[in-house]
Amino acid sequence: MAEIATREAYGKKLADLGDKYPNIVVLDADLSCSTKTGVFAAKFPDRFFNMGVAEQDMMGTAAGLAASGKIVFVSTFAIFATGRAWEPFRQSAAYPHLNVKVCATHAGLTVGEDGASHQTVEDIAVMRVIPGVKVFVPADGVETEKVLEEIVKTDGPCYVRLSRAKSPVLFDAASYQFRIGKGNILREGSDLCVFTAGYMTSIVLEAAKKLEEKKISTTVVNMASVKPIDEELIAAMPARHRFLASVEEHSVIGGLGSAVAEVLTARAPARLIRVGVDDQFGQSGDYLAVLKHYGLDAEGVANTILKNIS
Amino acid sequence: MPIQPYGSVAVCRGSRRPLQWQSHWSLPLTAALRLVFMKKPSIAELEEIAHELRVLILKMVHHAKCGHTGGPLSCIDMLAALYFYKMRLDPKNPSWPDRDRFVLSAGHTAPALYACLIRAGFIPEKEMWGLRKLGSGLQGHPKRNIEWGIEMSTGSLGQGMSVANGMALAARLDKRPSRVYSLESDGGAQEGMMWEGAMAAGHYKLDNRVALMDYNGIQIDGFVKNIKDVHPLDKKFEAFNWHVIVVDGHNMKEIVEALDEAEKVKGKPTVLVARTIMGKGVTIFENKPKYHGVAPTDEEMEIAMRELKRG
Ligand SMILES: Cc1ncc(C[n+]2csc(CCOP(=O)(O)OP(=O)(O)O)c2C)c(N)n1
Ligand SMILES: [Mg+2]
Repeated sequence: MAEIATREAYGKKLADLGDKYPNIVVLDADLSCSTKTGVFAAKFPDRFFNMGVAEQDMMGTAAGLAASGKIVFVSTFAIFATGRAWEPFRQSAAYPHLNVKVCATHAGLTVGEDGASHQTVEDIAVMRVIPGVKVFVPADGVETEKVLEEIVKTDGPCYVRLSRAKSPVLFDAASYQFRIGKGNILREGSDLCVFTAGYMTSIVLEAAKKLEEKKISTTVVNMASVKPIDEELIAAMPARHRFLASVEEHSVIGGLGSAVAEVLTARAPARLIRVGVDDQFGQSGDYLAVLKHYGLDAEGVANTILKNIS
Repeated sequence: MPIQPYGSVAVCRGSRRPLQWQSHWSLPLTAALRLVFMKKPSIAELEEIAHELRVLILKMVHHAKCGHTGGPLSCIDMLAALYFYKMRLDPKNPSWPDRDRFVLSAGHTAPALYACLIRAGFIPEKEMWGLRKLGSGLQGHPKRNIEWGIEMSTGSLGQGMSVANGMALAARLDKRPSRVYSLESDGGAQEGMMWEGAMAAGHYKLDNRVALMDYNGIQIDGFVKNIKDVHPLDKKFEAFNWHVIVVDGHNMKEIVEALDEAEKVKGKPTVLVARTIMGKGVTIFENKPKYHGVAPTDEEMEIAMRELKRG
């Protein structure tokens, strides 16, 4: 199966969009080689600004550019984009509802060796909570491109969570249609429904096979649009399954699982098994070893779910 | 690969100060005596230590197969002077309240800090092979571990300046003789927070506070002057009410003299604005942005070791 990191797909697509949208401006904070905004920078040097290691300055500048009619893409590692620059984003981009698209890479634990200081398991929580901000977590390169095509046409602030690590291409570029606020069912089962997104989607598909071997018929729902979230889809699932779970490369506090739980409590109360990082920081290591350590490889995910339903 | 213990410098040696005795009162008597009477290493000895540390850094990073090569080689002469000449530390009593403190604001240069702490006896030597591996205490960026002499978790640039100021304020409040050092970097100097801290240290007249600025002119995306220039750093710190000493960051004599001078300054924090060369000591790595964040390949490692294996 073809593999590509969502950050790679982002870099390429952004450079393509630059042709179609002459008012796109891109900012980075000394990480343009890693975030892949360097591709855009090479093609449109006049519309790219490297702000240096100054994420707050970058975010404020983005707001100013957006207030002057630009569509601004802002990139750095997710921890710095949503951590250091959170308040400038909240005050100067989100509050005035400006066209600032924060596309941050190296989210989650799959950063690997750099360790906890460069990983983030909190970003979805802190971005989701800001009023009017849309949050997207694409599962593969194709979905990343589709998300970009949508957000560039959508007015207002967005957060797109991208990964450092390569992952399998799941969607067909010609036929896949991504819609803001919609989830999509990747496989249908009758016992268990798992909501997931981003890097974890392909892992959950693998885990579903393992669960199937244990006679647990499993539905997998990809929720790239974390906010707005597909309430109808979520609310329909308890009636069709005995068990519900969420799986994410994020803290179990405040992320996708919490977003799903919010819908369930309001519309279709049901038990939800939230699988993710359990109120802990990440750590250094080969990223696959790190995922395994936190129980987020296919086997770990399957085991955690099995333990919770037996 | 064993690392030779260096002569008698088993404990990081402190400097001579009038209050020396008092400043060691909280240590057990033998440790205090060790600190007071131990011979200070000479410039030549310090240079030799720095050389050993370079080898140690390269071995660690090469073994990890990822991580930062350029920055550690750029700051290691200054760190060698701090850990083996200036700072009052005792690896046998790592939590000694009156010890000096060091904050690695440029957290990505962790291998330089780890090399010093291994060489000084804080971290067991065998741990070096765990760098960046799952479960290791030697995280990609430092994680606070007082037993191992790691005073603060760092890695997010811009924050160490303020953290070190906090430690300096606490020492002042508690009337401890501790002095607080930090390693800053020119890329890190693009962070607003670093300057907020610089302003605070000037305002609070933190004369127990010394920053070492590794001014190597390089950051991840290229040369600092092309990305977002920080020049003139000396004038900026001066304007923030710091005592500024411009040094060649690879000249041990200049570094040591500046660290001694800093101790005599009253009513102001001191910064060493150190002109340095990223990758210093290994010609193929020198002054090349590429080596900010990659480990040496096997071939590069061989070339590097050949160059470092001198007389
Ligand atoms: C707040 C923050 N933003 C971005 C990074 C990613 N990063 C690590 S090192 C670095 C630049 C390093 O430049 P400098 O501080 O001069 O270190 P040198 O390259 O000289 O070792 C960047 C941007 C970070 N660690 N922290
Ligand atoms: Mg630098």
